[in-house]
Amino acid sequence: MTTPPPTPTAPLLTVRGLTVDFDGHPAVRGVDLDLHRGETLGLVGESGSGKSVTALAVLGLLPATARTGGSVRLDGRELLGLPARQLATVRGRRIAMVFQDPLSAFTPVHRIGDQIAEAVRIHQDVGRAAARRRAADLLDLVGIPDPARALDAFPHEFSGGMRQRAMIAMAVANEPDVLLADEPTTALDVTIQAQVLDVLRTARRESGAALVLVSHDLGVIAGSADRVAVMYAGRIVETAPVDELFAAPRHPYTLGLIGAVPRPDGRGGPLVPIPGRPPAAGEPAGPGCAFADRCPLVEDRCRTAEPPLTGTDADIGSGPGEHRAACVRADHLAATRPAPAEVYPVPALPAAVPRPRAARDSVLTVRGLTRSFPRHRGGLLRRRAGEVHAVDGVDLDVRQGETLGLVGESGSGKSTTLYEILRLAAPQGGRIELLGQDTATLDRAAVRRLRSRVQIVFQDPAASLDPRMPVGDVLAEPLLAQRTPKAEARRRVPELLRQVGLDPAHADRYPHEFSGGQRQRISIARALAVRPDLLVLDEPVSALDVSVQAGVLNLLQQLKAELGLAYLFVSHDLAVVRHLADRVAVMYLGRTVESGTAARVLDRPRHPYTRALLAAVPLPDPPAERARPRLLLAGDPPSPAERHLGCPFRTRCPVHPTLTPDRRTRCATETPPALPAAPGVDHTAACHYPD
Amino acid sequence: MTRYLAGRLGYYAALLTAAVFLSYALTGTALGPRAYFEAKQPRPSAAAVDRQLTALNLNDRTPVVERFGTWANGLLHGDLGRTIHGTAVNEEFGRRIWVSLRLLLVGSLLGMLLGVAAGAWSAVRQYRLSDRALTVLSFVLLSTPVFLLALLLKNGAIAAKNAAGHEVIPFTGYETPNLAGGIGTHLADWALHLLLPTLSLALGGLATYSRYQRATMLDVLGADYLRTAEAKGLTRGRALLKHGLRTAVIPMTTMFAYAFLGLFTGAAFTETIFGWHGMGEWFIQAVNEQDVNSVAAVNLFAAVVVLAAGFLADALHAALDPRVRTA
Amino acid sequence: MSAELTAVAQQLTDEPVAPRGRLRLAAGRLAGSRGALAGLVVLGLLFLLAFVGPYLTPWDYAAPDYANLRQPPSGEHWFGTNGLGQDVFAQTVRGLQKSLVIGLLVAVLSTGLASLVGACAGYFGGWTDRVLTFLVDLLLIFPAFLVIAVLSPRLRGSGWIAFVLLLAVFNWMVTARVVRSMTRSLREREFVAAARYMGVGPFRIIWRHVLPNVSSFLIIDATVTVGGAVMSEAALSYFGFGVRPPDVSLGTLLAAGAADAPVFPWLFYFAAGLLVLFVLAVNLVGDGLRDALDPTAAAGRHRPRRRSRRRPTTPARRSTP
Repeated sequence: MTTPPPTPTAPLLTVRGLTVDFDGHPAVRGVDLDLHRGETLGLVGESGSGKSVTALAVLGLLPATARTGGSVRLDGRELLGLPARQLATVRGRRIAMVFQDPLSAFTPVHRIGDQIAEAVRIHQDVGRAAARRRAADLLDLVGIPDPARALDAFPHEFSGGMRQRAMIAMAVANEPDVLLADEPTTALDVTIQAQVLDVLRTARRESGAALVLVSHDLGVIAGSADRVAVMYAGRIVETAPVDELFAAPRHPYTLGLIGAVPRPDGRGGPLVPIPGRPPAAGEPAGPGCAFADRCPLVEDRCRTAEPPLTGTDADIGSGPGEHRAACVRADHLAATRPAPAEVYPVPALPAAVPRPRAARDSVLTVRGLTRSFPRHRGGLLRRRAGEVHAVDGVDLDVRQGETLGLVGESGSGKSTTLYEILRLAAPQGGRIELLGQDTATLDRAAVRRLRSRVQIVFQDPAASLDPRMPVGDVLAEPLLAQRTPKAEARRRVPELLRQVGLDPAHADRYPHEFSGGQRQRISIARALAVRPDLLVLDEPVSALDVSVQAGVLNLLQQLKAELGLAYLFVSHDLAVVRHLADRVAVMYLGRTVESGTAARVLDRPRHPYTRALLAAVPLPDPPAERARPRLLLAGDPPSPAERHLGCPFRTRCPVHPTLTPDRRTRCATETPPALPAAPGVDHTAACHYPD
Repeated sequence: MTRYLAGRLGYYAALLTAAVFLSYALTGTALGPRAYFEAKQPRPSAAAVDRQLTALNLNDRTPVVERFGTWANGLLHGDLGRTIHGTAVNEEFGRRIWVSLRLLLVGSLLGMLLGVAAGAWSAVRQYRLSDRALTVLSFVLLSTPVFLLALLLKNGAIAAKNAAGHEVIPFTGYETPNLAGGIGTHLADWALHLLLPTLSLALGGLATYSRYQRATMLDVLGADYLRTAEAKGLTRGRALLKHGLRTAVIPMTTMFAYAFLGLFTGAAFTETIFGWHGMGEWFIQAVNEQDVNSVAAVNLFAAVVVLAAGFLADALHAALDPRVRTA
Repeated sequence: MSAELTAVAQQLTDEPVAPRGRLRLAAGRLAGSRGALAGLVVLGLLFLLAFVGPYLTPWDYAAPDYANLRQPPSGEHWFGTNGLGQDVFAQTVRGLQKSLVIGLLVAVLSTGLASLVGACAGYFGGWTDRVLTFLVDLLLIFPAFLVIAVLSPRLRGSGWIAFVLLLAVFNWMVTARVVRSMTRSLREREFVAAARYMGVGPFRIIWRHVLPNVSSFLIIDATVTVGGAVMSEAALSYFGFGVRPPDVSLGTLLAAGAADAPVFPWLFYFAAGLLVLFVLAVNLVGDGLRDALDPTAAAGRHRPRRRSRRRPTTPARRSTP
């Protein structure tokens, strides 16, 4: 999508002074937007910024407790305050919506085909059979294989990517003028995200609709939007054409966001966290700029009045190409174009001086790990109905003081691998050696001693802390489990809180009284309580906002350097892995397909899967993102319930079809072993024909 | 789906066997038919009592497992044994079962339908006056035991009779004896007699169901798919009916099975109070007369009814929710 | 920010202050709840009335006063007399004794049993679960009323404690099934997994993580059971299977007085009023207790729900609606 020339025509959708309150708590505080025909507008912001509420308010889909003010006009016709029956004729017909979580957005008890056909029949006077045919065509349009059969599937029988495709099919069923997509790819894997964004582009092109793309992900926005609006605390703080916004942001918040995002290509220097945390939705705002408390460029006048969203003196004219920011320092930023690190304080991270790898002790060695789960059917007398091979040959090496990034899509067996390691028992197949001890040979006492040396930090800090336990008890629990005397465990609590940058006086508070980033710090403190050697980090930052995530990543790096920890860092986010990991292992269908030093694996990937994975990650850099070759993987990963002869990746492999027939036979019959790139080089790939 | 239901059926069969054995063992040991015969005037000889007990398969000197064997063998051949008066249990059973089933079926269905409707309506009108009124009413009903409710209804009917000078709503028995007239007259008579006993059973169900339905409906009101339905262009009302209510009744199927448990107890009271000669009344009478075989028959009936309700609930659940069918 | 820094600095210089434990925090919150305190006071007064009351009146609950049949409340008979000339005040306090003890004991016993069985079945799964679930279902399909009716003549000698046990034993099953399913979803939660990977034992996890997180439900269930037990007792007594004359409970008084309520209100409304007061007080205490144990109760009820972003690696943990 290239930037269209500024169109002189009247905008299709006009939002003016939109406000939304929930029980008197403002969530949106005066939003102005223009959307032109055929245009893609990216609406970006962190959780609680009001971006989704804005999108829902346009269609009047907010819950009854919300009070909406201002004006929303479609082709000049006011939508706010329209009677329900008239609004229903606009919804789905002129403006359609794609929701974030397609599992909960489809009614679980109705068939996919019926739900799409229903959307057709609400607005078009067609018969049952015709609507069904139309639904099949739509499913075909969004690339669902065998659409006629897919019509009869229930939502839970679809994969996440298929559901989101079906959701898009339903949205374009009546060829709407405006498509609102609220975080359409957030719940999806990166390769599936690339597919769905592609489908969204196709659907937009076919229906000629204008698109509002709501996302927290700057990369997604950079690759898809023509124009971007950045939201913070219920207001738009900056709006500009996409290239200009990323190249020369004029609001310190936008600048900070760009600086806080790790890049998968490893460029961009150290991460710059924005201090503090984003305000929660509905949090009362002071008289001044909502960002003032976190802003490094704050001045006295910022605290007295909220700056309006305006262009700088240098800009003349109006239209969609206009660049505006709500900051008193916008002129300064426009003139100097500083890098994020020049504006925000960059934390000084102690540099770890690792000894050469060979001289460091091994912390974790995994060889040929397998784990399969029986599938059962029936009630009282359960019968075995096959097996799911969740982990099917994983090799890992972690040495003291280093970070191994474990990368793979959902269903690749990453989490199962972690839990097998943490079980501290004999694995079903293969061998796990932890701190020099084979887990198959441990007795109960040894297991307990080893427990304190391996600890885990989970993905979702809200779920991994018992909501009913004060933080002091949370931190003392691992110590008590190790039979530390109660008094001593209590004494350690303030020390731990300090270690992760929290106030020791807050030990009496409950988890919900902390923000997401603080909760993840508590999880880290709990894991550190027993002074482990290895920390297993299961997606530790993926539930956090970008501006907060950088702070936690920096903390992890600092702790590693100070305490000499080793990390097993699991993530689906290659950019984060690129930033943190010393070595990387890539998993596909329960196997390690490529591993080696981060620089080698991520800069010179040998396995086609790693290449595809890297290609699917959107860059927060519009020109680079547009110039990047697109390498879409087809379909979903195959089911781990079937064992595959030969290379498990060949069904989706982009290289496989280009091979000569006899070479292809080899892929189909021989499982490729993991071989190093050259003797003695730390870089292996399990592919017959690596590049 | 068939496989799922077959699995449930097997489980229920196991439960039924265990329950029938245990309840027989309990009644067989806890009740004392010997004392009943010994108390007869003139007092029969010990040998005569023994003979009579053995003939009725009630002799407590025979191990209870053996007595159960005899009883179960009879059961398999369709014979529930003899009452303590020597008459066939089958005969009594056959007479009373329809009386009770009529009450239970109508009472439970009415309670369920009214409860689901009231709960869904209450949820949609959350915190409005009608919702609050319904909430208060259901709490009052929930804290009123069935027997008290039945007594109050009966008192009301008596008061109405006294005021009007003739019986307005019948409050004893399940039909007017020796009623002349065609099938229509008989049906109307039945329905009228059903009114009060059914109401006393259904009101409790209404209160329970409406609370649960209100809760599940409130959950659904915030569901994403309801928003999707509205975003497609369905009006709120149609979205609620087609996408909301349909999903919100699914958890109610489990409630349906549970509610049947209490219903049988309630029916025992209702039958006694309104003079219906059903299974509940029989049970109370049989316990007081130490009539083991009759009690065992009622226990069997109760267990079968509850399990049938459970199975029906499972079938309904599977029919309503595609997600269980594949489980 | 600076306030936080000084706090940190102070911590560094001061003797490190050990945090308070969960129980003490909850107790503090309970003491701060006005409703719970009021409920506790009312419960205390009811107990006082029930156990001191009999000494305040010269009349015995069973002894008839043939000179006064069906008399309204007076100086001599404070709550009036019934058809046999028995003193209603003496009967009411006697009944209150029974009902207080029956209601509270049954609630505590049955909820305790339910949480134990439910949590074990849900947490351990496998055969433990299958056996316990079968047991629960088995008890469920025997109507409690039938068993109590059959057993009660046998237990007449052992008094109402046996009756309390019977009521409790046949009341816990539905609760246990709910606790079981709640435990099953809790078991998959990350904070329970975290405790497991720390080496915390299963019973300790049930005690420290599972039960506190189902406590809201348990408390509501227990308060409902209090009223329910009093009602069940009344129902059974009505048919002569529970408390037997001349002994009385609030339930038997209600049952006996209901028919006469329009004409002789004192036979019904004193007992009914005390019962309502009792159930109300229990509910107030229960509400306060629930809020004290739930740290999120007071804060931010009305905040619009924030939609958390779900990432692909989170296993779907939604309960089927």
